[in-house]
Amino acid sequence: MQTSTVILVLFALCCVSFAVGRFRSRAVGQQAGGIHLLHSLPHHYGYLSAMIAALPALLVLLVWMLLEGRFIEGRVIAGLPADVQALSESRLGLYYNQIIAYAAGGIDASTLSEPQLAAAEQYNALKSESGWLKLALVVVVAVTGSLLVLGRIKPDLRARNHVENIWTWMLFGCSFIAVLTTLGIVLSVLFEAVRFFRLIPATDFLFGLQWSPQIAIRADQVGASGSFGFIPLLVGTLLISFVAMLIAVPVGLMSAIYLSEYASKQFRAITKPILEILAGVPTVVYGFFAALTVAPFIRELGESLGLTVASESALAAGLVMGIMIIPFVMSLSDDIINAVPDSMREASLGLGATMNETIRKVLIPAALPGIVGGILLAVSRAIGETMIVVMAAGLSAKLTVNPLEAVTTITVQIVTLLVGDQEFDSPKTLAAFALGLVLFFVTLLLNVVALYVVRRYREQYE
Amino acid sequence: MSNETYKNTALIQASLKKRYAREKRFQWMGRFAVFLGFLFLFILLFDIVGKGLPAFTQQYLLIDLDLSADALDVAPDADAEALSRANYAGVIKSSLRDMFPEVKSRSDKRMLYRLVSVGAEYELRDRVMADPALVGTRQSLWLLAHSEAASYLKGQVDPNSPEAERRVKDAQITWLDQLHADERTKSGFNTQFFTAGDSREPELAGIRVALYGSFLTLAVTFLLAFPIGVCAAVYLEEFAPTNRLTDLIEININNLAAVPSIVFGLLGLAVFINFFEFPRSAPLVGGIVLALMTLPTIIITSRAAIQSVSPSIREAALGVGASKLQAVFHHVLPVAMPGILTGSIIGMAQALGETAPLLMIGMVAFIMDAPAGVTDPATVLPVQVFLWADSPERGFTEKTSAAIMVLMGFLIMMNALAIYLRKRFELK
Repeated sequence: MQTSTVILVLFALCCVSFAVGRFRSRAVGQQAGGIHLLHSLPHHYGYLSAMIAALPALLVLLVWMLLEGRFIEGRVIAGLPADVQALSESRLGLYYNQIIAYAAGGIDASTLSEPQLAAAEQYNALKSESGWLKLALVVVVAVTGSLLVLGRIKPDLRARNHVENIWTWMLFGCSFIAVLTTLGIVLSVLFEAVRFFRLIPATDFLFGLQWSPQIAIRADQVGASGSFGFIPLLVGTLLISFVAMLIAVPVGLMSAIYLSEYASKQFRAITKPILEILAGVPTVVYGFFAALTVAPFIRELGESLGLTVASESALAAGLVMGIMIIPFVMSLSDDIINAVPDSMREASLGLGATMNETIRKVLIPAALPGIVGGILLAVSRAIGETMIVVMAAGLSAKLTVNPLEAVTTITVQIVTLLVGDQEFDSPKTLAAFALGLVLFFVTLLLNVVALYVVRRYREQYE
Repeated sequence: MSNETYKNTALIQASLKKRYAREKRFQWMGRFAVFLGFLFLFILLFDIVGKGLPAFTQQYLLIDLDLSADALDVAPDADAEALSRANYAGVIKSSLRDMFPEVKSRSDKRMLYRLVSVGAEYELRDRVMADPALVGTRQSLWLLAHSEAASYLKGQVDPNSPEAERRVKDAQITWLDQLHADERTKSGFNTQFFTAGDSREPELAGIRVALYGSFLTLAVTFLLAFPIGVCAAVYLEEFAPTNRLTDLIEININNLAAVPSIVFGLLGLAVFINFFEFPRSAPLVGGIVLALMTLPTIIITSRAAIQSVSPSIREAALGVGASKLQAVFHHVLPVAMPGILTGSIIGMAQALGETAPLLMIGMVAFIMDAPAGVTDPATVLPVQVFLWADSPERGFTEKTSAAIMVLMGFLIMMNALAIYLRKRFELK
C-alpha cells in the first residue's frame, strides 16, 4: 500500500466529510427554524469536520511512517539465524540492506543466501501487512473524527471560531518550523560531533596542526590513526577569506560611495542592478571560472614573474570569492551610508569641506560601526562559501599563509569527507560533522555580532 | 584681525588646488571601483559564453556504410530482436577502413575508429530498426563525430602545436582534412545536448536529465516553501503576540538566512537520510533541504509585502464583519501577492543555483535516465555543471559552459519575471 494512495484516500474522505458537514448543518438549521439561526456559515461546519478528520489522521500516518522501518527491521532481524544476528552492527546493516534491495527488486536473487531470501519474503509480507494496517488506521481515525464533529452540529456550535483557531495554530506551526530547523541543525551536527569527540579528543581537534583524515585499513600501517588537527583548515579558510575581503571591501565600498554620493540618478539606476547580477550568479559558476580561467591565468602570470604558484592557489579561489562578495558589500554599505542623516552631510559641506573630505571625515566615521557589521556579514559568507573552494582550492591541508600555495578549507573538507561512499561510524565521516559544528557556530557568532552592531547603528540615527 | 583673516584665506587658497586634486582623485577611484565591478562581470560572462558557444554545434562525418546482412552479421530476413543485436560497431569500423585503405597498423586503425563517436553505432541501430529495408543496401550516412575530432573540425586545435600536447594526432588531422576536402563533414545544431542524459562521452552528453531533476527538486521546494513561508509571514505579521516565543522565532529566521548552505546539507544528511531513512540522491530530500534554506528569504520578503498593504484594506474588511483570518486571506494577501511572488521567485532562483547542500545528500551520482518520481535518484543542473567541470576530457569544458549558459538563462528569466512583478506592483 503506497503512502500516496493512503493520502488520496484520506483526501477523498475529507471531501466527503466536508460535503456531509455542510449538508447536515443546513438540515439542522432548517429544522431549528431557518438557516440564519446557525452560528456559522454552512461551509464552516464542513471545514470543521474535514479538518478534524484530516489532522489527527495525518499525525497518525506520519508517526506510523517514521516507526514502520525500524519496526519491520527489528522483526526481520529477529527472524534471522542466530549466527547472523551475532554479526557486528555494520555487517548486519549491510546484510539487511541486501534483503531490502532484493525485496524492492533491485538486485538478483543469485547474490543472496537462503536465509536472506526467506527474510526478504518476510519483509515483503510485513511491509504489505503494515500498508494495510496503515490504511485501516487512517480511515478509522478520520471517520471517527468526522463523525464526532457531525454528531455535534447544532445551531450554537461555533464552527467558524473553531476553524479559525485551528488555522491560527497551523500558521503558528509554519513559523515554528524556523525554530525546528535551527534545532535540527544544532542537534544533527552536535550529535555526530559528540560521537567524533569520543573517538578523537577535542583538544587534538582544536589545537592539532596536522590534518590527514585518511585512515589506514590495517592497524600497523603508517599513519594508521589519521590526524584531525583543524588549525590548518582554519588558517586556510581565513587566508582565502582574507584575500576575498581584500578584493571585495575596497571595490564594494568605493562603488557604494561613488554610487550613493557622486553618481547621477540615472547612472545609479542602471549600474546597481548590473553589478547585482554578480550576486545572482550561482556559486558553481564562480567555481568553474576560478578553476578553469583564473587559476591557470594566475599561475602563468606568476611563472612569468619567476614565482612558483600552485595550480590551486589560495589567491585564485580568494580572488573569485571576492568578486562574488562585491555586490554583497556594496548593497550593505550603500544602505548604511544612506542611513547617515543628510544634516551631517550638509553641515560638513556648508563649512566648506569638499565632498571627499565630507565622506572621509564625516560619513565614514559616522557609518563605521555599520560598515564593520556589514564586513563581518561578508566574512561569514566567505567562510561558509563552498563551491568556489571545492572546485578551485586544494585538498591537502598545508599550514601556510602564502596565498600562492594551495590550502584547503573547512567546507572543502566537509564535502570531500561526505561525498561518495561513507560508513557512519568512522571518525572520517564524523569529522565532517565536527567541522560543520565549528562552521555553524563561527558563522552564527559573526552573524549575531554583525546584526547587533548594524541594528545598534541604525537605532542611533533613527 | 583682518590681517589674520587674510592670512587664513591665503592659506586656504593655497591648499585649495591640492584639495580639489584629491577630490578628483577620489572620484576617479570611485569610478574605477564601479568599472572594476563591470570588468569582472564582463570577463566572467565573456569567458563562459566564449567557452560554451561551440557546444551548441555538433560535427558529423559522412561515412559510406555497407549494411549488407553479412557485414551486420545477421540473417537476411532478421527480425527486430536479431537486428537490435547486430554488429553495428563492426560495420562502422570496416566502412572507415574501406574509406581509408592506406591505414594498416593496429594503432592507426584505433585512431581511425576514434574519429566517429561511440554513440554512432546506437544511432545506426535505431535507424536500421526503424527501417529494416536498409539491410542489404549501401548507404552514405552522417554519423556523429568523436569529441576530439569535432574539436579539430571546430578549429579549436592548432595543427602546428606539438603532437604530444593535443589529443588529435597528426594522422587523424590528415584524415579529417581529407574528409573536409571531400565535403564529408558538416556541423549542425546540437539537439542532443537538450535531449540526452549524462554520458562518459562529451559529444553524447546532454542536460535533459539534469533539467528534469532540477524541475522536480524545485517543484518540491516550491510546494513546501511557498505555503509554509507565506503562512509563517502571515502569522508573524498579523497574529503573533509580542512575547519571547515570537522573538525567538524572528531571531531564528534572521539567523537561518545567514547560515552557510552546506550546513543545511549536513542537516539533510543527518536528519532526513540517516534518521528518517529517506532515499539518497532523491529530489524529495533535495527539495526539502532547499525549501528549508529558502524559507527565510520567502518569509522575510512576504512579511515586507504584507506590511506594505495599506491598513485601510484590513480595517474595511474588519469593519464589515469579517474575522481577522478572513480579512487577511480574502483581502490582505491578494493585494500583497505580487510582492510575495517576487520574493518567492527570487528564493526559487537561489534554490535553482544551489549546489553544496545537494552534494551532501548524494545527488552527485552518474545518472543517465530521467527520474520518474521524486524518490528516484536524480541530479540537478548545477550539480551536473560541477560533475562536468571535474571531468578531465576537454570536450566537457565546453559542455560545462553551455550548461552554465542554460542555467543562467533560467535564472535571468526568473529574475526578469520577479522584476516585472515588482514594477507592476509598484505602479498600483
